Amino acid sequence: MSDTAVATDHHYTATGLPTWKVGFWTFMGSECLFFASLISTYMVYKGASTTGPFPADVLNIPLTSISTFVLLMSSTAMVLALDGVQRGKKRLATFWLAMVIMLGGTFLGFQVYEFNHFVHEGLTISQNVFGSTFFVLTGFHGAHVTVGVIWLTVLFIMSLRGKLEPADALKVEIAGLYWHFVDIVWIVIFTLIYLLQ
Amino acid sequence: MSTSEIAAEARGHDQGKHASVGFYWTIAGILGVITAMEVAIFYIDALEPALAPILLTLSAVKFAMVVMFFMHLKFDSKVFTIVFLTGLSIGTFVVIALILLYQFLPRFAS
Repeated sequence: MSDTAVATDHHYTATGLPTWKVGFWTFMGSECLFFASLISTYMVYKGASTTGPFPADVLNIPLTSISTFVLLMSSTAMVLALDGVQRGKKRLATFWLAMVIMLGGTFLGFQVYEFNHFVHEGLTISQNVFGSTFFVLTGFHGAHVTVGVIWLTVLFIMSLRGKLEPADALKVEIAGLYWHFVDIVWIVIFTLIYLLQ
Repeated sequence: MSTSEIAAEARGHDQGKHASVGFYWTIAGILGVITAMEVAIFYIDALEPALAPILLTLSAVKFAMVVMFFMHLKFDSKVFTIVFLTGLSIGTFVVIALILLYQFLPRFAS
């Protein structure tokens, strides 16, 4: 089936655009404000901790670089999964959806390890201002990744059962938009929190 | 362009033909290289004075590439770009305004 032969049984707005897609882009615009408030809080209180551990004591750049790369690759897998669904290549779509879930799970594993390591180093959410702002920001990001993994798992099961047709491409596209959004938020967090200490 | 023509064009975007698989892998490779560059720059002491502008620029390039090519904003309707950029611009303004206020003008913040 060609790329353009995708059936579109969706509701459209007056602009001719699917309502789900317009709504989801609006949601992501509002999510920008949500994460902007958390990033602002972190940046405003940066360097305000009077007791340790401080960022330089605990942040592990090599480890986080790997997890950043993993999340970037999961975005690549996501776009390839969408491409597979749009082209009607079910096995390919199922494979790439499984890869996204696996890479997303790996990223979460890195985050759990990092949080656990920080707690052992004495950095908790109530230890100092750095701990409070860091755990709230990265914790909310991790929660978003978790929601994404659950959402993609549902799509993966649908794909396994052969219920993900090219006509359902919008469902995968919207899940993909969410996943890529989680990725771009991490691009910002990685630079501002980890690299610009 | 009439309303119906705009709607027809928008539906065309929705059924969209985006990019080839090879193109997506190229973007993935570039994103990986930029991430490696960021980490390498972090460890080069000589670049420390220019660390912030360099890293922020590289981060912005990665951000833009994911949004344009993986989220298909470059190929999709301009409506999505406007909707997303509205939220992103306000968010960016809030971050910059609060940093300036609290880091550089603390007298006015308290």
